[in-house]
Amino acid sequence: MITPSGNRVYGIAAEYPSAAALYEAAKVVRDAGFKRWDVHSPFPIHGMDDAMGLGKSWLSAVVLIGGITGLLTACVLEFGPSWYLYPLDVHGKPTNFWTVPAFFPIMFELTILCSAFSAFLAMLMMNLLPRWNHPMFNWDRFKRVTNDGFFLVLEARDPRFSENEAVQLLEKTGGQYITAIHEEA
Amino acid sequence: MDGAPTTAPDVIRAEASASVTQPLARVPLVLNKRNFDWVTNRIAGAVEGGTPRWWWVSFAITVMIAGFGLFCLGYQISTGVGTWGLNHPIGWAWDITNFVFWIGIGHAGTLISAILFLLRQKWRTSINRSAEAMTLFAVICAAIFPGVHVGRVWMAWFLAPVPNQYAIWPNFRSPLLWDVFAVSTYFSVSVLFWYTGLIPDLGTLRDRATSKIKKFLYGIFALGWRGSNRNWRHYEMAYLLLAGLSTPLVLSVHSVVSFDFATSIVPTWHTTIFPPYFVAGAIFGGFAMVLTLMIPARAIFKLQDIITPQHIDKMAKIILLTGSIVGYAYMMEFFIAWYSGNQYEKFAFYNRIFGPYWWYWWVGMLFCNTLSPQLFWFKWCRQNIFVVYFVCMCVNAGMWFERFIIIVGGLHRDFLPSSWGFFTPTWVDIWTFVGTFGIFLSLFLLFIRFLPMIAMSEIKIVLPEADAHYATPEEHHTVAAGGMERR
Repeated sequence: MITPSGNRVYGIAAEYPSAAALYEAAKVVRDAGFKRWDVHSPFPIHGMDDAMGLGKSWLSAVVLIGGITGLLTACVLEFGPSWYLYPLDVHGKPTNFWTVPAFFPIMFELTILCSAFSAFLAMLMMNLLPRWNHPMFNWDRFKRVTNDGFFLVLEARDPRFSENEAVQLLEKTGGQYITAIHEEA
Repeated sequence: MDGAPTTAPDVIRAEASASVTQPLARVPLVLNKRNFDWVTNRIAGAVEGGTPRWWWVSFAITVMIAGFGLFCLGYQISTGVGTWGLNHPIGWAWDITNFVFWIGIGHAGTLISAILFLLRQKWRTSINRSAEAMTLFAVICAAIFPGVHVGRVWMAWFLAPVPNQYAIWPNFRSPLLWDVFAVSTYFSVSVLFWYTGLIPDLGTLRDRATSKIKKFLYGIFALGWRGSNRNWRHYEMAYLLLAGLSTPLVLSVHSVVSFDFATSIVPTWHTTIFPPYFVAGAIFGGFAMVLTLMIPARAIFKLQDIITPQHIDKMAKIILLTGSIVGYAYMMEFFIAWYSGNQYEKFAFYNRIFGPYWWYWWVGMLFCNTLSPQLFWFKWCRQNIFVVYFVCMCVNAGMWFERFIIIVGGLHRDFLPSSWGFFTPTWVDIWTFVGTFGIFLSLFLLFIRFLPMIAMSEIKIVLPEADAHYATPEEHHTVAAGGMERR
C-alpha cells in the first residue's frame, strides 16, 4: 500500500485509552483472522498472549539447550584436567570415584551461567532486537508507548489487510488517532 | 428438637458468606491512586533535569574516599601484602572479612528480584531495581579483596582454568576454585538480570530524552524496544527463567563462600550449619543495606507513594525473620560446641565470648545481629523510620563483626597455644575497607543519576488499571458480549 504522497505504508495503527480497551480490541482483531499485527504497551498485559492468539513462548527450550551445554562444558573442563591432563595429589587426599561430588558446584555454576546467557541472547534474537529503526517510531504519538500509551497496529503485509477494513476494524474496537504508519521517516 | 442440628450449619454458612462479601481492604502498593503518567514522570524525572547540588557534594566526597581506597590498593600491590596486618596464624583477616561482608550484601538484590518474583510478591517491584544495582556494586567491592589478597595480583589469572605454558591446572575439588566460579557466575547473571529489566525503562528514557546525545545513548542501550506484545511474550519468559535460574544461584553463592571455611578443620569453621547460616546472614545484611540506601533516596526523590510504609514494614519483617534465623544459628553453634564434647570447639566458643575479641561478640553478634532486629516484632518500630534506620545500621555493622569473629576468631587461637596470635589492622587495612564504601556509594550515586532507580514498567503492572479486566461493570458487560473469553 502506498499513500498519495508516495510513501510506502507499514500498517495502520490506533491508540486505545486503556489496557482493558486494548485487550478487548486484540480479541476482536484475533477473531477477524489477522496474522501480521501487534499490540504495543508500556508493560506486559496479563492475558494478552491469549487475546492475541499467541501460544507459550518456546524460549525455554533454548535455555534448556544452553543449560545442557554449560553442564557438559563443566564436565569436560573439570574431568579433562583432573583425570587426564594434570591429576593433582593434594595432601594425599583421595582422588577416586567418591570425590566426584566435589566437582558438582562448578557444574552447577556453569549450567546456570550458560542458561542465563542463552535466555538473554535468545530473548533478543526471538524479538529481532536490537532494531533501532522500526517504522512504528515514525509516528509521533508512539513515543507514549513507554509511558502510558496503548497501541494496536495492523500490518499492510497481512493477507487479510485492506485499508478500509483495517480502519473500520480499528474504529469498531474503539481505536483513536487512527493513522497510516509510513515505512520510511 | 430435630430442627436445631439442621439450622445450625446454615447460620454458620450465612455468617461466613456475610464476612466473605466484606473482605478486608488491601492497602494498595502505590498510594494516592497515581496513574501511569505520574509514575513515569516521578521516576524518570529524577534522572532528567539538572544535577542537584547535594549530588555533587556527596559524589565528590565518595569519589575522594574511593580514590584513597584505590591508592591503598595500589600501595599494597606495589609493596606487598605485608602492608596488611596479617601474621601467623592469622592469614585471613580484614580482606576476607570484607569479601564475605560485601558479597553478603550483594545477596539481597537477587533475592528481591528472583525469589520474591517467583513467590509473586508484587511489592518487590518498588525496590528490585535499586537492590539489583546495589548487588552489582557490592559484588564489585567484594571481588577486589580475593583479587588482591593473593599477593601477586598479576598471577591472579591462575585462578582461571586455562591452558598455560606451565601445563598446570587448578584443583577443581577445592572450594576456593568453586568460589571463583560462583562469584563470577553470580556477577554475570546479576548483570544480565538487571539489564534485561532495564531495557523497557531505557526505552522510556529514550522517548523522553530532550537532547540528541541522551536520545542516542539511551536509544543504543534500549535496543529499539517498542513494547510490542510479541516481544513482551519472550521477554517475560526470559525474565521468569532468569529469576528461576538466579534463585538457586543466589543460595549457592554464599553456600560456596561458607564452604571455604566449612571444609577446613579449624574449630568454629568446620561445621555443617554454615551454608544455611551464611545464606540467612547474607539476606539479613543485604536487606539492611537496601533499606539504608532506599530510606534516604525515597525522601530525596519524593517516592513515598511508591516505596510506601508497607514496603518498609515488609522488609523489616524479612530482617526480623532472617535475623532470628541467624540468632538461632549462633545459639546452635554454642550448643553443638558443648554437645560435641570436642575440647577445641568448646574452647573456641568460650574464647568467642570471653577471649581477646570479647567485645566484638557482645556488640556485633549479640546486640547488633541478634537483639536489635527483635524490635521489629513491634509494629510501631517497623513504622518508625528512625527505629528502622537504627536497626539497619546495627545490622550493617553487626554483620561485618560477625564475619570478623568467624574468620579471625577462628584463626587466632586454634590447636597449639604456642602458635596463638592477635590481629591488629594497619592503616592500609582500614582505608582499603573504607575505600570500598567510597567505590560502592560512588557507583550507586552514578546509578541514581543516570538510570531509573525504580522499575517503571514493572511498577505500572501493580496499578489497578493495568489489569486487562479493569473496567466499570457496565462497560465490561458490553464488550464481553462481543468477544470470546478464550480460544
